[in-house]
Order: sequence, then structure tokens, then C-alpha cells
Amino acid sequence: MSSSDPPPLYAAQEPIFPRRVSGFYRSLKWWIMGVTLGIYYLTPWIRWDRGPSLPDQAVLVDLANRRFYFFWIEIWPHEFYFVAGLLIMAGLGLFLFTSALGRVWCGYTCPQTVWTDLFILVERWIEGDRNARVRLREADWTARKWQLRLTKWTVWLLIAVATGGAWVFYFTDAPTLLRDLLTFEAHPVAYTTIAIMTGTTFLFGGFMREQVCIYMCPWPRIQGAMMDDHTLTVGYRDWRGEPRGKKHENTTGDCIDCMACVNVCPMGIDIRDGQQLECITCALCIDACDDVMEKIGKPRGLIDYLALSDEPLERAGQPPRPAWHHIFRVRTVLYTALWSLIGVGLVFALFVRADIELTVEPVRNPTFITLSDGSVRNVYNVRLRNKLGEPREFRMSLASDDILRIDVEGADTNVLTVDPDSTTLTRVYVTARPQDPASTEDRTDLRLWVEDVGSAERAYRDTVFNGRAG
Amino acid sequence: MTEQANDIDQETGIETTGHEWDGIKELNNPLPRWWLWCFYLTIIWGVGYTIAYPAWPLVSRATGGLLGYSTRGEVVEQIDAFETQNASLTTALTEVDLAVLDENPELQRFAISGGASVFRSHCSQCHGSGAAGGIGYPNLLDDDWLWGGTRDEIAYTVRHGIRNEVDPDAHWSEMPAYGQIFEREEIDDVVQHVLALSGQAHEAAMAERGAVLFADQCSACHGEDGRGNRDLGAPNLTDAIWLYGGDPTSLTYTVTNSRFGVMPPWSTRLTEAEVKAVAAYVHQLGGGE
Repeated sequence: MSSSDPPPLYAAQEPIFPRRVSGFYRSLKWWIMGVTLGIYYLTPWIRWDRGPSLPDQAVLVDLANRRFYFFWIEIWPHEFYFVAGLLIMAGLGLFLFTSALGRVWCGYTCPQTVWTDLFILVERWIEGDRNARVRLREADWTARKWQLRLTKWTVWLLIAVATGGAWVFYFTDAPTLLRDLLTFEAHPVAYTTIAIMTGTTFLFGGFMREQVCIYMCPWPRIQGAMMDDHTLTVGYRDWRGEPRGKKHENTTGDCIDCMACVNVCPMGIDIRDGQQLECITCALCIDACDDVMEKIGKPRGLIDYLALSDEPLERAGQPPRPAWHHIFRVRTVLYTALWSLIGVGLVFALFVRADIELTVEPVRNPTFITLSDGSVRNVYNVRLRNKLGEPREFRMSLASDDILRIDVEGADTNVLTVDPDSTTLTRVYVTARPQDPASTEDRTDLRLWVEDVGSAERAYRDTVFNGRAG
Repeated sequence: MTEQANDIDQETGIETTGHEWDGIKELNNPLPRWWLWCFYLTIIWGVGYTIAYPAWPLVSRATGGLLGYSTRGEVVEQIDAFETQNASLTTALTEVDLAVLDENPELQRFAISGGASVFRSHCSQCHGSGAAGGIGYPNLLDDDWLWGGTRDEIAYTVRHGIRNEVDPDAHWSEMPAYGQIFEREEIDDVVQHVLALSGQAHEAAMAERGAVLFADQCSACHGEDGRGNRDLGAPNLTDAIWLYGGDPTSLTYTVTNSRFGVMPPWSTRLTEAEVKAVAAYVHQLGGGE
């Protein structure tokens, strides 16, 4: 054994030339690619009328003004828990899908997969299918090879620019930014962001491809811990396929060793070696194998979505259990329940969001103020938020039977105006006359009412009035 | 590494590193070559970074870096940028007539938030961070003022201060120490009269005698009715607000020894805009007139 050389420390990237394939999963992936890319590129251009003083972009992450707009929903920084909730839901959703269907996220919807798929499609249009591409790689650098390569890189670059360009439109008004970008008047941050996104898209989609999944992405390692014997993953029925060999050799299994599954694989692996780290379960090998099986008159499904727990059954000649048996388990039901719980909670929180947003902060430095006539005054910092596109007037008051007096700093009436899409902080005074019990009692409960003058909506906050202690 | 390095894993046919942790062995797969290039790139980047930015410690200071970057410099830039941005507001505030400040809500907001920061830096040491003052330091939240509570009057007090030797325009008045003028009993009588003025429990007979002494000695500044005189900073003795305490013991001490405070003139340290800002801030704390 010591005669062999030590293994190399570094390995070059093995070029992969995925062959064109058609079938159910390929069609499904084309549809998913169309929908996800469509959502990504078109969303910033959807308009949504919010009145004159608010942006009319349906989905907008307005970092400068600290607002997030999503159609009819407007999120302020203090409501970031909605985003946190969505992220938790995204996490649980991934857990659910991974435990039920393995790396289905990787195979169908991960941006790395979708853009790589798109780049491979362009590559195939320009340079031809697998065999043509292999030949082109081996060929000398003739004018034709240069022409094909440069055309391919140019189209890739255009897609990459569009990708980086679409990203920045989410953060500011899209039509304005597009005009500024084209007239070179946009902010340098926009150009820098586009440049970085263009560079990474071009590099990751065109050249790094499977290297990103195998070496850069942490998700495959995490997913490994979430799968179990019931998880449906892409697998090879070796008990049916082996021993593999050419057709018409009587001793062989169903696999005719045509290498179709290997040739279509974007990760460059042989699924017949069993489950492996590189496999993103894109299911293209299933389409490729089914095609061959049909041609040679054998049943489909030599390569298929399989659960490990079915293997002993199938080896014993029994049919596998139905897919729902593997999908509906305690684990997936729990994930679904948790996911739904948070979802329902968020929707509930969204719909019970108060129209009048108000906080009342009693000033405790000092706890009370003695006025010249012996009255006792407490100060409250009242924050009122107006999320609408027009100014709103609010009237402050105490409960109607309260003998205490309420005043608003700098106003003769107790009405204050809050500008559109803004928050005001106002000092509000509550005063107890010397003869009122509240002036000498340690603490008196207090209810501050706020009424929208326009719509007559009301809201209140309970707080405390401090008298002259002792 | 030991000679066991050539141990071959059964499953994969790949050599292991020879190390074993709780029965787990590590496959000796090669790194991708681009990873190595990235590693070299980070080294080149690191060298470039130490040339461009402050990095290497020398005897008295570190190398400055070709870009001349410093975090302090960045703060200075940001402050300058803010001041440039606010220049027109600051000019407007310097020139504004404080009496009509509330006709310009934007300028008023600017003045109040700027004034709050001036107050915390320069005023809170004596008047307290909540402006509630303390014994001998006026409470700025109530509706009683020694030298006047309009924005202009507050600004004047801030600008020139009180009883200081620095500014000739400072507010000035001094109450005599009546311990050297009155007999002990007379002081007690005056104190009883002052208690009566502010509606507190008192000895009627003593207060009546005190009223005569008050009219003779005190009314010149505090007024016939004891309501004080803002031109002289003489406090109103009929209300519920006491700078040094309104109980008999405190009043006796004040009459006997006299008590008054001082305040430095802030025009020497604050800009006119800052003086006006802090006046606007104090004015909106609840007692503004």
C-alpha cells in the first residue's frame, strides 16, 4: 500500500456537460423556473396606489425611510417581528419539505439551481447539446469557437446584469431608478450593487455551478440531519437494475448501462452509486431513465423517488408503500402544525393591528411637579403614529367622569395633528387640584383616550398618576 | 500523520487521513483548486489592506495607510455633513424672534431637539436631567419663574446668567441677612407672616406683628402682597413653590442668613442659536409663558 503516491491535495473542477432531457420532472422544472424568475424580475414593476405622499410601488423595501411596503401591508421598523415571523416560517417550511421530500428546495427552487438551469439552457442553444459541447471544449481556439464562446458569455452577462439590476429595483422606485441608471445619474450604491450581483450571477451560474452546492453551501449538511428513512429522495432500484449490462444479455437486470442518468446530471454524479452529498434531487435522471425504460419496453421507475424504509419490502418482491404513507408522519404533521400556527398568528396580528397606534410613557424624572397654586402635575410622553397618506387629527381626553384635567403642550385645544406617514412625540399634562384626592394619593389609575377627529375611532392606554407621596 | 495514512475506507474506496475520533474517520478528499486560489487572493487582499488602511503599530503610532482613513476623521465628516445640512435652519434660528417661534413649526422642532441636547450637556448638572432642579436650583417644569418665563426672558437669563462677576448684564439682586437686622423674635414673627401669605398653618398674633415688619423691610422687593417682583428676581411668597423650602425651619434659616443662587453666563460658551434652542426647549417643558 505504501507504494502508491499520496493523494493530491487539490483537485481541478471536473467539467460537466448535462444532456438535454424531457419528461415530467423537466417540464415541472421549466414551469417553476418561469414562475420564480417571473416573480423576481417583474415584482418591482407592479404599482399600488397608496395616495399622494406614499410610494406607489407594490413591493418596496424603503431603507432610507425605514418602511417596508407589500401591497396593502405597510411595515414600520417596530413591526419587524412580522419579518422575523416570516423567516421562522421559511425555516420551518424548509424543515417540512426536507423531511418529506429531501433536498426538494435545492433541486427545484434554489436560485443557484434556477439560474444555473437558465445558463445551461443558453449554453445549449448557442453551443449545442452535450456531445457538441464536449467536442467544442476539446477543439482548438478557432474563430468559430471564439464566436460561440463570446456569444454565450455575452448572453450570460446580459442575464447577470438583468439579475443585479432587478435586485436594486426592490429598494427604490423602479421606473425612476431605471431612468437614473440609464442616464448615469443613479447613486453609486446602486451601480456597485448591480456590479457585485452581476459578477456573482455570471460566475456562479456560468462557471461555479455545482461547486457552489458541494463546497460553499452549508444547507446540504444541515439537510442531512433532517432526512430519515421515510424521506422520499431520488434513488436507483439496484435490486431491479443489477447486474447491469447491455440489452439482450440474458443474465442482466433492467439497467442497460446506457449512462443516460449520468449524462443528464447537472452535478456530474452517478445516481446508481446510491445517495450522495452532491445530489440535489433535481430528478432529471428519473426523466432520462424512464425514457430509456419505455424504449426498451421495461416498466418505468428504475430510478425514482424512493424511501429508504421501502427497500427491504421491495427486495422481498412486495410493492412499496404509497407516497402519502411516507409524507404524513408525526414529524411532518408537527412541522405543518407549527408552520400554520405561526402563519395564523401573523395573519391575526396583521388584522388586529390598531388603526390608532399610540404609546403613553409616563415621565418619571421627576415623578410629579408642584404648580404655584399647589396643584400636582404629571407629564406623559405620548407618541402617535399616522400610517395614512393624509394628515390626521387626534383629540386627547381622560375618562369622562375623571376630575383631573388634561392639557397638551403648546396647544389650546387638546387636538393634535399628525403629519402623513409620520410619528409625533407630544408632552401631555394631567393636573390634579390640591383638593382632588389624586394630588395626595401615592398612585391613581388613569386612562388616556385618543379619538381620531375625522373617523371618531377611539383608543386608550392605561397609566398611572403620581400624587405628592405621603 | 502516522504510517496509517494509507488506510482505505471500505464504502467509498477513498483514503482516510488516518485519524480516528470515536470510531469516525475523515476521508482525505482533495480540496478544490479554486479554493486554494481564493486563499491566495485573501492573502494578497490582506497585504493590500494593510497598505491602504492604518495597520502596523510603530513606536508612537500606527502606519496611517495610503487612503488616510481614520474613524475619527469619519465622525468629523459626518458632523460637518449634518451641520451643512442644517446650516439654513441654524441661521434662521440665530435670527428668529423667539416670541413668534411657534409660527414656524419646523424651526421650533429643530430648536427643541437641539435645545434638549444643549440642556443635557450644559444645564443638567444643576437643574437635573429632567429639569426638576433641587434645593437652591430652580425647577424649570413648574409655572413659577424668578426672572420671567417667556422664551425671550429665558434666553436672556441663559445668555447673561445670574449674579456672576463675568457678565455686566447678568441678573442681579441680593437679599440682606436679617439675622443682623432683626431680633430673633422678629424673625419668628416675619416667618409666621410668610406662612400666612402662602396659606399655611401659622400663629395669627405673631403673623400680625410680622406683617408690620414685612411691610417695612420686605415689601420693597417681595411686594406689599408678597407676590414678588420679577425685575428683581424676588420670589412670589404666596404660592406653593419654594426654592429653599417653605416650612418654618427653612424659612427661618433663609430670613436669618439670606439665600440666593448664581448661574454663569452661557453666551461665552454657547452660540446664539444654541442659547435660543435651549430657551425654546425649557419653554416647552410645561411652564412656558
